Amino acid sequence: MSIAANSLIQSSQPSPAPDPPLPAAESPDRAALRLVPARHPGRWFASLAALVLVAQFGHALVTNPGLDWSTFGHYFFSDSVLQGVWLTLQLTFLSALAGFALGIVLAFMRLSRSPLLQITAYGYIWLVRSVPLLVQVLFWFNISYLYARLQIGVPFGPGFFSFSTTSLLGAMSAAVLALSLNEAAYAAEIVRSGVIAVDQGQLEAAAALGIPRLRQLQRIILPQAMRSILPNAANQLISLFKGTSIVSVMAISELFYTVQVIYGRTTRVVPMLLVATVWYILLTTVLSIFQYYVERHFSKGATRSLPPTPLQKIRGSLRNLRAAAAEGALR
Amino acid sequence: MTTPSGTPSGTPGGVSDDAPARVMVDVRGLHKSFGLVEVLRGVDLQVRAGEVTVVLGPSGSGKSTLLRTINHLEKVSSGSVSVDGELIGYRRAGDRLHELRERDVLKQRTHIGFVFQNFNLFPHLTVLENITEAPVSALGRSRAEAQVTARRLLDRVGLSDKADAYPRQLSGGQQQRIAIARALALEPKLLLFDEPTSALDPELVGEVLDVIKDLARSGTTMIVVTHEIGFAREVADTVVFMDDGRIVEQGPPAQLLDDPQHERTRAFLSKVL
Repeated sequence: MSIAANSLIQSSQPSPAPDPPLPAAESPDRAALRLVPARHPGRWFASLAALVLVAQFGHALVTNPGLDWSTFGHYFFSDSVLQGVWLTLQLTFLSALAGFALGIVLAFMRLSRSPLLQITAYGYIWLVRSVPLLVQVLFWFNISYLYARLQIGVPFGPGFFSFSTTSLLGAMSAAVLALSLNEAAYAAEIVRSGVIAVDQGQLEAAAALGIPRLRQLQRIILPQAMRSILPNAANQLISLFKGTSIVSVMAISELFYTVQVIYGRTTRVVPMLLVATVWYILLTTVLSIFQYYVERHFSKGATRSLPPTPLQKIRGSLRNLRAAAAEGALR
Repeated sequence: MTTPSGTPSGTPGGVSDDAPARVMVDVRGLHKSFGLVEVLRGVDLQVRAGEVTVVLGPSGSGKSTLLRTINHLEKVSSGSVSVDGELIGYRRAGDRLHELRERDVLKQRTHIGFVFQNFNLFPHLTVLENITEAPVSALGRSRAEAQVTARRLLDRVGLSDKADAYPRQLSGGQQQRIAIARALALEPKLLLFDEPTSALDPELVGEVLDVIKDLARSGTTMIVVTHEIGFAREVADTVVFMDDGRIVEQGPPAQLLDDPQHERTRAFLSKVL
């Protein structure tokens, strides 16, 4: 440090005619000089402040008696909570599947050349996005009030079969229906944005080669669209996963409702909320890891070479550390 | 007019002069408008089998649009295009032309290779997959057979070691040579080149032109839209000069390039030569 600073000052001074001879230690064999990285005191200070805040947060988590970790431990793996987690996963999976299936149909309706299809799809998306999810859920829960019986038949004409709405549509199906119909509107926009992000030249090349229409979509367009669809779809899936908590208003015993029932009985509100929170965090983490690897798969050809995975990075830096340690030992 | 067996002999090309080779491309009275802008204002063009036609002209003269109507990437506003005696994009019934369904247009395009200015290789597929995709999915060839053809074509464009590379790992010149191999994999009757060297660094232009020259010598019928006058002089059988949506004049390169008849052609050539 001091050597570097000295030589810097010397060189920046308007030097008097003959340069004073350099001391022997600083003789200009530049190749042998050691590089000293610049210091960043501001960054150090900010990091330190952040560390203190994180430590305080951790400390509070451990020491605050209100958090009542023993109750947390008691209920975290209890049967009713595990069943709630399982139902939450089912709700997420079914609604995501149905939602994205309908979303893909809506996306291609909006991309079609028929104005009627475009307007219908856009109208649906507009309506669903404008109504709060909670309101939609309650509507579907009360659908039998509007339609006591459902029948299959000719539109505006005679019917062949009919069902009682309440027997066909239980609380669970109403929940899945509400969540998937809501999901579809967002999925449609995500898929559409991915498709229009694909370069027009790709479509022209596929058309010029005479590749059949369906094959163009499946082999050329969708794999490239996936790159911009995936991050948004993962976001949407995660928000759906947490959004399932909203159907607790229908007394469906998914994770959040289960937790509410337990704290209603035991009055241990905060530790039970923590049980739900930690489960949501855990499962979202699993989804995020899954997302990382799926995105990596679809980035083939987009970058010249794939970046290393976090695991590969950790192994790489361990290897470097070991090499550095071995070198140090040699000295 | 000789029609070799095996080629569809639908509506005849309809040229009356007794030509040495059959007419491969026959463009009649072609008009094309984009909204209010008329880009093609009545183009007639005949290209004989085995010949190389080079289309020159300032930008906005309608060269690329003309090329794109020949494989129906652009619909025509009026007029007609036929390739090897077959109307492109339409079916004639009496005095009407009915537009073909997309499936049938796609089938017609497998006979017409198209090479784009920006290559338009599929970035998520390897070079080999880029070349084998259309033969497998459009012509129903087996994957193994398509791969044998693809490797032979890669050898022909001098890139046999790049079969497993992705397009982004290649230089522009290499990508364009792959795009040419991809077009050739369908064994087209006709090759269309839309400014194939305009997106390339100057030192990469030569390698692509060499491949095209090699194709010209082997008797492939080609229409090349380009700004490379030297290439036109060396390779073209006919040079066509277009301006403002019309063909101003056409003829053998020696005549059109060295002794142009029209003032507009002279003005253009004096700028680019």
